[in-house]
Amino acid sequence: MTTAVRVAWLAAALSLTLLLCALSISIGSRSIAVLDVWGFLLRPEETAEAAVVTQLRVPRTLIAVVVGAALAVAGSLMQSLTRNPLADPGILGINAGASLAVVIAVAVTGIASIMFYMWFAFLGAAAAAVGVYLLGSGRRRTATPARLALAGVAITAALTALVQTIILTNQEAFNEFRFWTAGSLEGRGLEITGAAAPFVAAGLLLALLLAPALNALALGEQTGAALGVRVRRTRALTFLAVTLLCGAGTAAVGPIAFVGLGVPFLARAAVGPDQRWSVPLCLLLGPAMLLAADVAGRVVIAPQEVQAGIITALVGAPLFITIVRRRRIEAL
Amino acid sequence: MTAAEMPTHQARLAARRLSVGYDSRKVLDGIAVEIPNNTFSVIVGPNACGKSTLVKALARVLRIQSGEVLLDGSPLSQYTPKEVARRLGMLPQAPHVPDGILVEDLVARGRYPHQGLFRQWSQEDADAVDTALRRARVEQLRDRLLTELSGGQRQRVWIAMALAQMTPLLLLDEPTTFLDISHQVEVLNLCRRLQREGTTVVAVLHDLNLAFRYADHVIVMRSGGIVAQGPPREVISAELIEKVFDLSCRIIEDPETGTPLVIPQNPDTAAKGS
Ligand SMILES: Nc1ncnc2c1ncn2[C@@H]1O[C@H](COP(=O)(O)OP(=O)(O)O)[C@@H](O)[C@H]1O
Ligand SMILES: [Mg+2]
Repeated sequence: MTTAVRVAWLAAALSLTLLLCALSISIGSRSIAVLDVWGFLLRPEETAEAAVVTQLRVPRTLIAVVVGAALAVAGSLMQSLTRNPLADPGILGINAGASLAVVIAVAVTGIASIMFYMWFAFLGAAAAAVGVYLLGSGRRRTATPARLALAGVAITAALTALVQTIILTNQEAFNEFRFWTAGSLEGRGLEITGAAAPFVAAGLLLALLLAPALNALALGEQTGAALGVRVRRTRALTFLAVTLLCGAGTAAVGPIAFVGLGVPFLARAAVGPDQRWSVPLCLLLGPAMLLAADVAGRVVIAPQEVQAGIITALVGAPLFITIVRRRRIEAL
Repeated sequence: MTAAEMPTHQARLAARRLSVGYDSRKVLDGIAVEIPNNTFSVIVGPNACGKSTLVKALARVLRIQSGEVLLDGSPLSQYTPKEVARRLGMLPQAPHVPDGILVEDLVARGRYPHQGLFRQWSQEDADAVDTALRRARVEQLRDRLLTELSGGQRQRVWIAMALAQMTPLLLLDEPTTFLDISHQVEVLNLCRRLQREGTTVVAVLHDLNLAFRYADHVIVMRSGGIVAQGPPREVISAELIEKVFDLSCRIIEDPETGTPLVIPQNPDTAAKGS
């Protein structure tokens, strides 16, 4: 695979993402021409259309970009770290931790505020991830990918059981949780994006810096160590990056299925198993997939909306299965 | 350090009172090994005697429990991991093949120890990869998928990856296992060529006759200890092989090279004789 081909993929993905950003701002219950949008952004007007663009559509588009990039890159890190092409950042218990925190927040405090959920969900995600890491590391041992995955499955099961217990006994928690867990980009203002962005930026920076070490480690733990990789440190930092990215993304909009699984898989198929190329490609394709899902959700049963998280799961999963089936099974 | 414990000046790599193991279990207990400069050294010994453990400890892939490993006269612990990897390359017994990786991209990963935050891919790296592909004679495979290659080709590509590291020392753990005889010879010829070009090569081998034919220096191991080390013609005897491998045998001269050739005893004649 030549560098030219890889650069072409990045350019194509960038164009696609920009196109979808434009669509996301112009399409909705009230269609607005893309050229007008530029006008509203440059010269704020007092019209209803201008308000829709600047107060609803632009924030919604921004959060799709931030969360899409975060989830896709987190998935890429997970798949590289575990050497499992089907690993999803969810297996670290992050979704379950965020869910439990949101449910507890509602049940205990009764406060219904998206910003409040965001911080609680992020704390929950981080706590679950740290728990998984400690359980997966054991006494003085390094956290091997298999032990991490096992710990993640166990903690996810326990946390999910707790979530179920609480929402079955608390009607209000049940209602709020139902909304949160569908993964919607609607009504998430700029302040949510602003709160999530620093964590996502830190995670993305780490992901790019870790790319060469993860490439070496992909040849096996011993080969990686023989090439001079600090195995334990690389794994811990990768885990930290996944927690920042997936935790902030999930906290901002609720659990979004499939972006973290499917996008890295597609990126690898395009540019090969090389983190230095697949991380930047995920960074562009993740937003594209989430934007496409969000735009589709606005039009399929208009004037009603389907949440982006439901679209990614409904459309992404069959699409993914088709792709996987068309490739040779050994290639998995 | 007493004079007796000092490594001889020509030893690039040496272990002193080295103990290594997994968790609290010791596999190697206080052993001493020397890899003389610019030789092809071969490690032999029965299964599970600790050959891989020794190679991993010498390459600092495994933590040392006690004793020390000296690389060019200084303890391994005084180098950073990348500094070690710029002097010493190691291919483990079972490296992992990432799905869909091309030969050239795999070989390029050998450049990791030469890169850093402010020194990403450079012309020097590209040249090193070209040289490594040429030395391992896999240039014509550079655009192929690793998973599409035969076992012998794959092994040479892995060696090319280690060569891209451009290290004066190369440790190979069972590079010929699972290869047919002609591919084994091909890999051993490559090792010999590398040694002639100035690399100090260490390999774990199972075929004793090929090992003794190619080795300048042989290290014979048995249950976590070193039983003998030196040039094969000087150290190999029927008693040694019998003790180490629990195999009655005769040693004759290899008609091609004059090196020791192990002929296992015929069980029928052995029974008659006793
Ligand atoms: N990762 C490991 N964890 C625990 N024990 C191991 C591990 N690797 C090897 N051993 C044990 O150490 C001993 C020496 O193994 P090894 O060095 O691989 O032998 P060899 O390469 O000579 O066949 C064996 O008893 C083996 O079971
Ligand atoms: Mg071995």
